[in-house]
Amino acid sequence: MEMRFSLAGDRKSLNQAGLKYEMGDFDGYALEVGLQLAEKQGGEVSVFSVGPDGVQETLRKALAMGAARAVQLKADEVPFDGLALAHALAAELKDGNYDLILFGRVATDTANGTVGPMAAELLDLPCVSSISQLEIKGGRGTAQRELEGSAETVQFSLPAVLTIDEGIARPRLASLKGIMAAKKKPLEVKPAQLGPARLTVESMALPPDRPAGRIVGEGADAVPELVRLLQDEAKVL
Amino acid sequence: MTAILAVAESRNGELRKVAFEVVAAARQAAEALGGGEVHAILFGAPGIAARAGALGRYGADVVTVVEHPALGRYSPEVFAATVAGRLKSADYRAAFFAASAEGRDLAPRVAAKAGVSLASDVTGFEFQGDAVLARHPAYTGKVIVTLRLTGTPALLSLRPGAIAPAEQPRDARIESAAPALDPGAARVTVTDVAARGSAKLDLGEATIVVSGGRGLRTAENFKLVEDLAAAIGNAAVGATRAVTDDGWRPATDQIGQTGRLVSPDLYIAVGISGAVQHLAGMRTAKTIVAINKDKDAPIFKIADYGIVGDLFEIMPRLTEEIRKVRSHQ
Repeated sequence: MEMRFSLAGDRKSLNQAGLKYEMGDFDGYALEVGLQLAEKQGGEVSVFSVGPDGVQETLRKALAMGAARAVQLKADEVPFDGLALAHALAAELKDGNYDLILFGRVATDTANGTVGPMAAELLDLPCVSSISQLEIKGGRGTAQRELEGSAETVQFSLPAVLTIDEGIARPRLASLKGIMAAKKKPLEVKPAQLGPARLTVESMALPPDRPAGRIVGEGADAVPELVRLLQDEAKVL
Repeated sequence: MTAILAVAESRNGELRKVAFEVVAAARQAAEALGGGEVHAILFGAPGIAARAGALGRYGADVVTVVEHPALGRYSPEVFAATVAGRLKSADYRAAFFAASAEGRDLAPRVAAKAGVSLASDVTGFEFQGDAVLARHPAYTGKVIVTLRLTGTPALLSLRPGAIAPAEQPRDARIESAAPALDPGAARVTVTDVAARGSAKLDLGEATIVVSGGRGLRTAENFKLVEDLAAAIGNAAVGATRAVTDDGWRPATDQIGQTGRLVSPDLYIAVGISGAVQHLAGMRTAKTIVAINKDKDAPIFKIADYGIVGDLFEIMPRLTEEIRKVRSHQ
């Protein structure tokens, strides 16, 4: 879907009109990985989200997909600072005795990709980030993560924090039965114990439109002129 | 005088291009703050020290080399403990990482260990009083956020390719240091690294990217894209998500919102209509060329140069013309 963003009057935030907040792509993959592991190996999935009451809709969706319980760590605003968020999550998760704590690799809106590894450090747990394959066996895990042009195989001990990349699991659709069941599942609300925010939004801007390009020509006959422009004008050949 | 730390990345015993970018950015920061020292830290298997001097070319005054047989591969806990220890050892104003696969994992760990905040995937920065203003593309590249980062040291990870490494030659002093954590005691261990993808050149390192979409019709026709990349020489091959989802190309070749983000000098889009998710991965390229049969394809709206027509006629001709150009250079 094409989303058109516009800035609010303060030039520091987005115009909220017409914006709809949903579970991030990578968070969806992480939830699906958790649900599949719990189905195969036993156990249950708890879901957590930091934010205003609007996140309850996303948490309900996670419950409808199969999570057993949900917790909203309530904050009026979601800070941009990954470390502030990691503090709130680590404070909530530290006494939970979870075998695995799964995050999406990155939030597709703020595009920081820092909260998972930061929370792992604060919890002093082993962490593997951006994984695209996972196997859990006998209290140990093996994961694969993509590097530029190669792939790493990584072994780790449990409990652990993992951040989930694309390619590992496609999130399921909630069934009608799941949606009905979700209404009876617990959704707890607690204040978020955010850390100090030392990374804040100073301003936002829409990227400048690229200057109007030009159609050099039609068909193969336009190729010599294109090559000339790339050499003489753009100077990239 | 305050110093700046740069974490230089290597792979297979060689410095990566991002290592020079990070050191050059640290030099730029040091100059902006009155000309302090740049200290680089470099991990690797024994022998990597021989590569360290090259970092002086981009402005490193000191290179601390952490050599260990187990550090030829990335070791997240060892690297994080050692860099965090290094940060505490001196009065660093800032530390720079690459926002590469390795740096995206390492930088947040170091930030949490040091208790300081991190501006990630940054495309530009300036120091302003006790803050750093950092530019960061967000919302799939459709909004450029200027972030205010306070606290010392300020941690920044730089988008590969966003900062051109300017040469500022110095005779770097090479020092060696031991890892702050015994690699044998790490809870997370990289046990294998396997080469992936078909292109010899990595998408993030290449200054020219030739990328193909559904317009190529079959996996076999990607040969047209590979032939052009080969004729150019220093080019890598990319693809759209439609193409990698169909298995024509490995998933690692995908450029876009959920794939690789690239900023090459030249991006040639072949048979790519220009879905917004794809544009998110390449719209920061300096020059964009589009070849597509549909003159109304959205890719032409962001392309600097376009040719409308049948790519199966245009591509062999383009490859031939570029071979001619290259043979004269």
